[in-house]
Amino acid sequence: MSEYNFAYLDEQTKRMIRRAILKGLAIPGYQVPFASREMPMPYGWGTGGVQVSAAVMTPDDRFKVIDQGADDTTNAVSIRTFFERTAGVATTTTTSDATVIQTRHRIPEEPLSEGQILVYQVPIPEPLRFLEPRESETRKMHSLEEYGLMHVKLYEDISRHGHIATSYDYPVKVEGRYVMDPSPIPKFDNPKLGNVAAIQLFGAGREQRIYALPPYTQVVSLDFEDHPFEASKPDHPCVMCGAENSYLDEVITDDTGGRMFVCSDTDFCEARQAAGHIGTMNGKDAA
Amino acid sequence: MQAQPFSGGFADPAIASATAFRQVMEAMARPGTIHTITGAVPPEPLSPATGVVLLTFCDPDTPVHLAGPLACDAVRTWVAFHTGAPIVRPSRCMFAVGAWDDLMPLSAYQIGTPQYPDRSATLIVQAEQLAPNGAILSGPGIKETHALSLPEIEAFQQNAGHFPLGLDFVFTNGDCMAALPRTTIVTQKGDV
Repeated sequence: MSEYNFAYLDEQTKRMIRRAILKGLAIPGYQVPFASREMPMPYGWGTGGVQVSAAVMTPDDRFKVIDQGADDTTNAVSIRTFFERTAGVATTTTTSDATVIQTRHRIPEEPLSEGQILVYQVPIPEPLRFLEPRESETRKMHSLEEYGLMHVKLYEDISRHGHIATSYDYPVKVEGRYVMDPSPIPKFDNPKLGNVAAIQLFGAGREQRIYALPPYTQVVSLDFEDHPFEASKPDHPCVMCGAENSYLDEVITDDTGGRMFVCSDTDFCEARQAAGHIGTMNGKDAA
Repeated sequence: MQAQPFSGGFADPAIASATAFRQVMEAMARPGTIHTITGAVPPEPLSPATGVVLLTFCDPDTPVHLAGPLACDAVRTWVAFHTGAPIVRPSRCMFAVGAWDDLMPLSAYQIGTPQYPDRSATLIVQAEQLAPNGAILSGPGIKETHALSLPEIEAFQQNAGHFPLGLDFVFTNGDCMAALPRTTIVTQKGDV
């Protein structure tokens, strides 16, 4: 497309974002401030992820976008089309074929490989924000490695509910130093953050922060010795593909309590169905 | 005036810098891996890879320090024309370029502040050689260990000791480059 500069953003903006990404990779888990731009979509629709994707994209890439695991939701479709039009890149829905994957709130089920880049859309990058609203204070807490407040929050979960009830946006510690917000992925996905072959980049547009995890980085979910971290999911198989080990969405099917559980990762679920795995409700009318 | 300052830039800036950035990002994310970056023809004594890195990252927002023989008219005018970056002394720079010995002392550069460790300089070292042997690297981005020919070892150990503050390094030679962020643990071959 000649109407736009490649990947929409102007070159000076991309240089600024690229410098932030480089420092983010050099200081894993630390939130690098960047001068986030207005994008042709509202804040909260992935403007941070879009800016990071635009800065890392090359014409040879194959681009995939998922929203809560799905390739076919409004947010995913519009961002995919945005880069088809402004960068002319090839797009795909197959996880293993993609070189750049932008994601909202999920990590694909299929393990990522070297050469792949996972770009997260982040609403609130500061894990301490709901505990301490002042940026000046949270910055000081990060610099002093003062994360006691986060453990108090998890402890209060235990005292109130008997277990750590935080089920998404579950805080992690990177390389024993920075406590990081993994974006609102379900805690089922937390073990997939650490020690992976792909590069993981996080972009928060409204909050103007970029952070990163290099490959093979140690990422530990915060917990207690007597209440160890547990990557939980609904205790059902997927009704479409029968998978027992994937993260499931609960779908309400009627107004009398009927519900079903399906894989949130549509590519994973469709690949399994194509390979002959059939769940209990596949082929039947869902209602 | 010679033609040299005006030539040697990217033929297609958007595509060339995107391609180069991906290589540099891979290098920084996987310390010690050697990547090829092309597209710039800077004046001597800048190496082509150094030229590509400057064109990809530098603009009027990024003060650059040119160390030693690099602070010559040919390089100054080339950097000024193609990037618009101000040329400054080491304590003010975001990027510094030069041979290892010319860049010394490392204490002259900004290593960031405890609250903003990203406000630190990136040193672009024109290395005499760049080969996957010599010092042993480990840390984030490295599955087990990588090896990289480094000019010395102790300086990088001291730099890593400042973490999360510290300097980040890009090594260039010809059209090859590698990177060494502050997180990488550098040891002598044979040491444990």
